[in-house]
Amino acid sequence: MPDPTRIVLTDDGPALVRGPVELELPDGTRVRSDRAVTAVCLCRRSRRYPICDTAHRRKVRQPEDDR
Amino acid sequence: MTGPPVPTPRGPLSEAVVDALRGKPVAAVEAGDPYGDDLQLALHCCYELHYRGFVGVDPDLEWDPDLLRLRVDLERAFLAALRADVEPSDDVDAEIEALLVEPVGPDVRGLSHHFRRDGTLEQLREYVTHRSVYHLKEADPQAWTIPRIGGAAKAGLVTVEHDEYGSGRPDRMHSVLFAEMMTELGLDAEYGAHVDRVPGETLAEVNLMSLCGLRRSLRGASIGQFALVELTSSPGSERLVRGMCRLGCGPAAIRFYDEHVEADAVHEQVVRRDVLAPLLAAEPDLAADVVFGIRAALFLGDRMQERLLGAWARGVSSLLEPLPTAA
Repeated sequence: MPDPTRIVLTDDGPALVRGPVELELPDGTRVRSDRAVTAVCLCRRSRRYPICDTAHRRKVRQPEDDR
Repeated sequence: MTGPPVPTPRGPLSEAVVDALRGKPVAAVEAGDPYGDDLQLALHCCYELHYRGFVGVDPDLEWDPDLLRLRVDLERAFLAALRADVEPSDDVDAEIEALLVEPVGPDVRGLSHHFRRDGTLEQLREYVTHRSVYHLKEADPQAWTIPRIGGAAKAGLVTVEHDEYGSGRPDRMHSVLFAEMMTELGLDAEYGAHVDRVPGETLAEVNLMSLCGLRRSLRGASIGQFALVELTSSPGSERLVRGMCRLGCGPAAIRFYDEHVEADAVHEQVVRRDVLAPLLAAEPDLAADVVFGIRAALFLGDRMQERLLGAWARGVSSLLEPLPTAA
């Protein structure tokens, strides 16, 4: 039996999958990633969903006079 | 013999190195301003002997004892200045956590923020010219670190480096994507073409990478510097993509930063889990050097950023020599 596919769930960010992978979206669209590791967006804030773009990161508004 | 042209000296230190490249004996010189143009160009020339060399220069000067002695003197001055300017810490976790918080708002100061908001096409061409000193050899300085670490951290580092080198596809090498962007922006994409145009602030950032890559004792700092790039590049690249779309850049120009949005979102995870964690488990004493690498790179990055934003705020070029006008 081949090794099971390991999917690493990060505490605050994406799921990590060793590639290449093909992701199928609810509308049937398929997104292919050939990377050694693909970060799959779980927070759904990514502009490149289903691929992570770090949009899950905590954002802090910088006050206007603070540079 | 191939390679870029020998740069034009900017003072006694770089003159001593350039003279040595041309076959003269290495003159005795005192190290000057550790961040200055002269010392940084001198270091850059010493390091390039380990990368691609220079046209018409004997490649075996790479191991010339007198040049190496001079290089170590320059490194000592550069390193001493960085150690004095960078607050020490060995709390890698706190450092990483701080980097993963994204400042937002209309007044966040930064080059990528500048381009997302209102940077001009001419400023973008200048920015890419500065960055070319590194990106045309992207991932090369960190490749020195591979044989200097072991175990899982080595495998993790190679995973990221493999992606930087296009995962086996030469047309996807990040240095190639960068060169294509330069061409699209009407810039000379030859390796080393712009060294005479960029100030010491720009050279210092890349010299830090070479310094840490070539010194095994600084392997922790090399990983720290690399972690900083991989952790912060994705959101910055996204802002650059938006800026370039706003400026009407073509797909070949945008592709480089577009690729880095996704690539570095993955690299962040790999660097944290598969490089930093196993490295520090195997060599906990490297923690302070990892933080030093992060903070030294941040410090030099800020200096470069202020050089560019400062020049543009005054309405002048950030380069020492103007670019030929775009075709």
